[in-house]
Amino acid sequence: MMKIVIIGNGMVGFKFCEKLVAKAPKDSFEITVFGEEIRPAYDRVHLSEFFSGKTADDLTLAPADWYAANDIQLYLGDPVKEIDREQKKVYSIRGLSVSYDILVLATGSSAFVPPIPGVEKNGVFIYRTIEDLEMMRDWAKKTKKGAVIGGGLLGLEAAKAMIDLGITDTHVIEFAPRLMPRQIDEAGSVILKNKLESLGLKILTNTNTTAIQGEDSIKSMLFADQSSIDVDMLVISAGIKPRDELAKQAGLETGSRGGIVVNEQMQTNDKSIFAIGECALYKGMIYGLVAPGYEMAEVVADHLVGGQKTFHGFDMSTKLKLIGVDVASFGDPFVAAGDGRTVVLEDTMKGIYKRINISTDGKYLLGGILIGDADAYNMLLQTAKNKVILPPNPEDMILGARGGESSGGDSVSALPDDAIICSCESVTKENICKSVTENNCESVDEIKKCTKAGTGCGGCVPMVKDLMLHTMAANGKYVRNVICEHFHYSRQELFDLVKINQLKSYDEVLDTFGKNDGCEICKPVVSSILASLWNELILDKGNAAAQDSNDRFLANIQKGGTYSVVPRIPGGEITPDKLIVIGQVAKEYHLYTKITGGQRIDLFGAHLSDLPAIWKKLIEAGFESGHAYGKALRTVKSCVGSTWCRFGLHDSVSFAIQIEERYRGLRAPHKIKSGVSGCIRECAEARSKDFGIIATEKGWNLYVCGNGGSKPQHALLFATDLDSETCIRYIDRFLMFYIKTADPLMRTAPWLNKMEGGITYLQNVIINDSLGIVAELEREMQLLVDSYKCEWKEVVDNPELQKKFSHFVNAPEEKDPSVKFEAMREQKKVADWK
Amino acid sequence: MITTETEGKLSWFIACKTEDVPVNGGVCVKYEDRQIALFHFARRGAWYATQNECPHRNQMALSRGMIGSLDTEPKVACPFHKKTFSLETGECLNGDDYQIKTYPVKVMNGLVYIGVDGE
Ligand code: SRM
Ligand SMILES: Cc1cc2nc3c(=O)[nH]c(=O)nc-3n(C[C@H](O)[C@H](O)[C@H](O)COP(=O)(O)OP(=O)(O)OC[C@H]3O[C@@H](n4cnc5c(N)ncnc54)[C@H](O)[C@@H]3O)c2cc1C
Ligand code: SF4
Ligand code: FES
Repeated sequence: MMKIVIIGNGMVGFKFCEKLVAKAPKDSFEITVFGEEIRPAYDRVHLSEFFSGKTADDLTLAPADWYAANDIQLYLGDPVKEIDREQKKVYSIRGLSVSYDILVLATGSSAFVPPIPGVEKNGVFIYRTIEDLEMMRDWAKKTKKGAVIGGGLLGLEAAKAMIDLGITDTHVIEFAPRLMPRQIDEAGSVILKNKLESLGLKILTNTNTTAIQGEDSIKSMLFADQSSIDVDMLVISAGIKPRDELAKQAGLETGSRGGIVVNEQMQTNDKSIFAIGECALYKGMIYGLVAPGYEMAEVVADHLVGGQKTFHGFDMSTKLKLIGVDVASFGDPFVAAGDGRTVVLEDTMKGIYKRINISTDGKYLLGGILIGDADAYNMLLQTAKNKVILPPNPEDMILGARGGESSGGDSVSALPDDAIICSCESVTKENICKSVTENNCESVDEIKKCTKAGTGCGGCVPMVKDLMLHTMAANGKYVRNVICEHFHYSRQELFDLVKINQLKSYDEVLDTFGKNDGCEICKPVVSSILASLWNELILDKGNAAAQDSNDRFLANIQKGGTYSVVPRIPGGEITPDKLIVIGQVAKEYHLYTKITGGQRIDLFGAHLSDLPAIWKKLIEAGFESGHAYGKALRTVKSCVGSTWCRFGLHDSVSFAIQIEERYRGLRAPHKIKSGVSGCIRECAEARSKDFGIIATEKGWNLYVCGNGGSKPQHALLFATDLDSETCIRYIDRFLMFYIKTADPLMRTAPWLNKMEGGITYLQNVIINDSLGIVAELEREMQLLVDSYKCEWKEVVDNPELQKKFSHFVNAPEEKDPSVKFEAMREQKKVADWK
Repeated sequence: MITTETEGKLSWFIACKTEDVPVNGGVCVKYEDRQIALFHFARRGAWYATQNECPHRNQMALSRGMIGSLDTEPKVACPFHKKTFSLETGECLNGDDYQIKTYPVKVMNGLVYIGVDGE
C-alpha cells in the first residue's frame, strides 16, 4: 500500500484528504496527517464569525471521527520538525517517525510580522487561528483603543472584528497610499475609506509605524512622521508569510520571498514531495485564497490516482465579507488605457463605485471593481471568466438596465454549461442544473448536499439559488412556498391577509382565501395564525375541530389513546405543597409520573374523560396549563442562579419565571423554548434554546435561534449586557417577527438559517429597526400578553366545554375499553402496539 | 340508550343528536362492542361514519382526527401519524394498503342514525 504523509491539517490539507478518499478505492493508500494546531481543520475563511457567536465546533470542517472513519491517521498538536528525504521519513516534535512514499506539504502560511521594535509586547496579536481569536477576545475586555496594521483584505476584516469585540475606537494603519492596494484603484479606495469611516473606523494611509511603545503591554504607536496614537490592543495583518521553513531545512527549492517552488503538478524539486495551498509558490506567485488551494489539492489527488490534471494559475477575484460595505474586485481590475476601455460609475453621495474593464473590441469583460453595491459580482465574474460575449451596451451591467428588459434569470441562463459557479468546489452550472432536474433538489440546502456548491466561502449561494429557481421554473416546477392545495399562499402571506381582514375563525379564512374543504395541513396552520393574532380561546368560535388533536383536547395524545397532563412549572421552581398535589392527583387517577427534559413533571396515561377533573384539582392548587400540547411557549429552563449558587451573577430563576409568565400561551409556527443561566457556566443550557439568556457582570447576554432536537444548533449571540427591560423588549420583537414570518412548523433555528443576511439582518430589524416595524411588533406582543388566559381554567369553569372530553358521545361516562396498561417499576406503562 | 330499527339488511340505530357532533368534526359512537367514528362534514352538508380504529397502529382514534378533502374526496386524518382515509370509500389515501369500514348515516328530526350490518 502506498504511504502518503500530509503535513498540515488546514483548509487545503483537509480538502486534499477529502478528495483523495473520494477518488481512491479503499485500502489503496495508507494516509497519515500531522497537524500543528490542536483541533482538526476548520473554516479559516469564516474565522471572524467566531466573534459573532460561532464556536470552534461550528467552524470545524470534519470532526476527528471523520478521519477515523476513513482510515486516516490524524496526529494533532504534533508538528513535523524534520523531513529526511534520503530515508523518506518525517519526524514529529512528540517523537513520532513515519515513512512515506509521497509527502504532501500543506503547511499554509503565517501572518507576516514586520520587524517593528516592540512587536513582542502584550496586547499585540496576529489574526490567523482560533487561538489568536481566543486571546484577542480575552484581551479585548480591558481594551478601549484598538489599531490594525494593514489596510488589505485581512486587515479590514480584522478591523471589523475589533468593532464586533466592542472596541469602537479603532485605527486602521496602511503603509501604502490607499486601502486594498492590490485589489482596487485610487477612486474606489476613496469611496471605501469614506464608507469605513462611517462605520466608526479611523483610517491612516501613507503611514509607517516605527515603534510600538509601552512597558510590558502596548500603550501607544509611534509613526515615521513622529506623530503617535494611544492604543491598548493591536492586530498586525500586514500580509502573509508562507510556512516554508521545513521545506527549506530539507533542501527543497524555495522562493527568495518565501514559498515552496512547485511545477504545474504541484511537485517540488523532489519528485515525491508535493506542496499545496498557501505554502506553494507557482510561477512566482503565492495564492492566498482557498479556491486556488482546493484546485491544487485536486491536481495532486488526481495525479495520485493516475490522472493528468495540472494547475495553471487561478483567478484571484475576491469579495470582501465586511458587513455594511460591499467590496469586490475581479479579473484584471486595473487594465491600462491601451489594453482596453473602462466604464466607471461613481456616486459619492451613496458611496457607490463601480468600474468595469472591457476589451478594446468591446466583446469581452476583462475585470472590474465594485464598492458599495456588489450584487452584480457573481454575474460579472462569470461573464469575465467564461468570456461571454457582451451585449451592445455593456454599461448596463453596472448601471442596471434603463427601460429595456433584463432579468436576473436571463443572465444566469446566458452562462455556458461549463461555467464554474462555485470555484471553491469547482461546481459547474451544469452540475447545479442537473441536481435540480435529475436529483430533484428543490432548496439550496439540498443542492449543497448534492453538489457541495456553496459549502466553501459561500459567495456563490445567491447565484446557486437563482439557477435553482430558474431551472425549476423552466421545468414547470412550482416554486412558490404555498401551504397546501387549499391555500395558495405562504404562511406569511396568509398571516397578513387574516390580520388585515380581521378574520376570526377557520371557516371564514377558508371561505375568503381558500378552496374546497381544508385538510390536516392547513387547519393547524390557520388555527395557529388565529391564535397568534387574536389569542382567543382556541376552542371558541367553532375552531375546536380545526385544531390538531392535541390542541383540541388541550393535552398530548399518547400511544394507546390516553393523554398526558403537564402543568406549568415556571423556571422549574415548585413548592413542596404543589409537589404533594401532583403526587395526590397522580395517585387518584393512576397516572405515570416522570420529570421531563424541560424541568417539569409530566403525568401520563389520563383518560380523555378524566382530563377536566384532573385539571380542576390542579388549578385549585394554583397550577395552570403548561401548553405542552401546543405550538407555543414550552419551558423557560433556569439554573438556580445567584440566590444560591456561588458563581451566580444575577437571579436567573426570577428572570426565567418572569419570562415564562410573559410568554405563556403564546402560539407560534412551532414550539418555542427558552432558558436563563446565571453565569457563563450555562447550567440552564440557554444556548440550545430558541432564545437564551446568560447573565454577565453588566446585565444579560441574549442569544437567539438555538435548537436541540435532531439537528442541534447553538443559539447565536444577539445583543450583550442588556438590562432586563431591554432584554424583554428585544425578545418581544424577536418572537413577534418570528411568528409573523416563519413557515409552518419551522423552529427559529431553520428560520434564521433560511433568512437572507442571517443574524446581522435580524439584528438590524430588531435592534436598529431597519424595517420600521418594532413599535408595531411590541404592540402586537403586548396585546397577546394582556389577553392571556389559562385554557384549562376556561374549560374547568365551563360545563359545555367539558362535555367535549368524553370518549363515547352516546356513553359519556364510559372509558375507552381498548386502552390497556401494564405494570412497570411500580408504575404503569401503555401496552405495546404492533 | 340504544334504539334500533330494521330496514333491509341494515339495522339503523340512533347514535346521538345532531348538535352533539362538532361542526366539521367527529365523535366516537358506541354500538354494542363496536366503536364507530361519526363525522359531520358541515361544509358539504354531509354525514359520514367509519370504524374508529386506525389500522396503522390499531388506535381507537379516527373520531379525534381532522377532516378535510383531497381534491374532491372527503377524508379524515388519524391524529397519531396522520394517515388519511377516504370517508366515502374507506380507502387509505397515502398509498398504504389499509382499508377502513364505512357506515351509512342518515339524519331525521335532529337525530343521527347509523346503519350497521349484521356482522
Ligand atoms: C415529555 C418530553 C420527554 C421527557 O419525558 O422528558 C417530550 C416529549 C415529547 N416530545 Fe420532546 N419532549 C420533551 C423535551 C424535549 C426536549 C428537551 C428540552 O425541551 O429541553 C427537546 C430538545 C430541545 C428542543 O426542542 O430544541 C425535545 C425535542 C422534541 C422534538 C424535536 C424538535 C426539533 O426542533 O427538532 C419533537 C418533534 C416536534 O416537535 O416536531 C418533540 C416532540 C415530542 C412529543 C410531543 C412527540 C409527540 O408529538 O407526541 C413528545 C410528547 C410526549 C407526550 O406525550 O407528552 N420533542 N423535546 C419532554 C417534555 C418537556 C416539557 O416539559 O415540556
Ligand atoms: C481571517 C481570515 C480570513 C480569510 N478570508 C478569506 C476569504 O474570504 N476568501 C478566501 O479565499 N480566503 C480567505 N482567507 C485565506 C484562507 O483561509 C487560506 O487561503 C487557507 O486557509 C489556506 O489553506 P492552507 O491549508 O494552505 O493553510 P492553513 O489553513 O493555514 O493550514 C495550514 C496548517 O498547517 C499547519 N502547519 C504548519 N506547519 C506545520 C508543520 N510543520 N507540521 C504540522 N502542521 C503544520 C498550520 O498550523 C495550519 O494548521 C482568510 C484567512 C484568514 C486568516
Ligand atoms: S425523544 Fe422521541 S420518544 Fe422520546 S419523548 Fe421525544 S419524541 Fe417521544
Ligand atoms: S395509528 Fe393512525 S396513523 Fe398511526
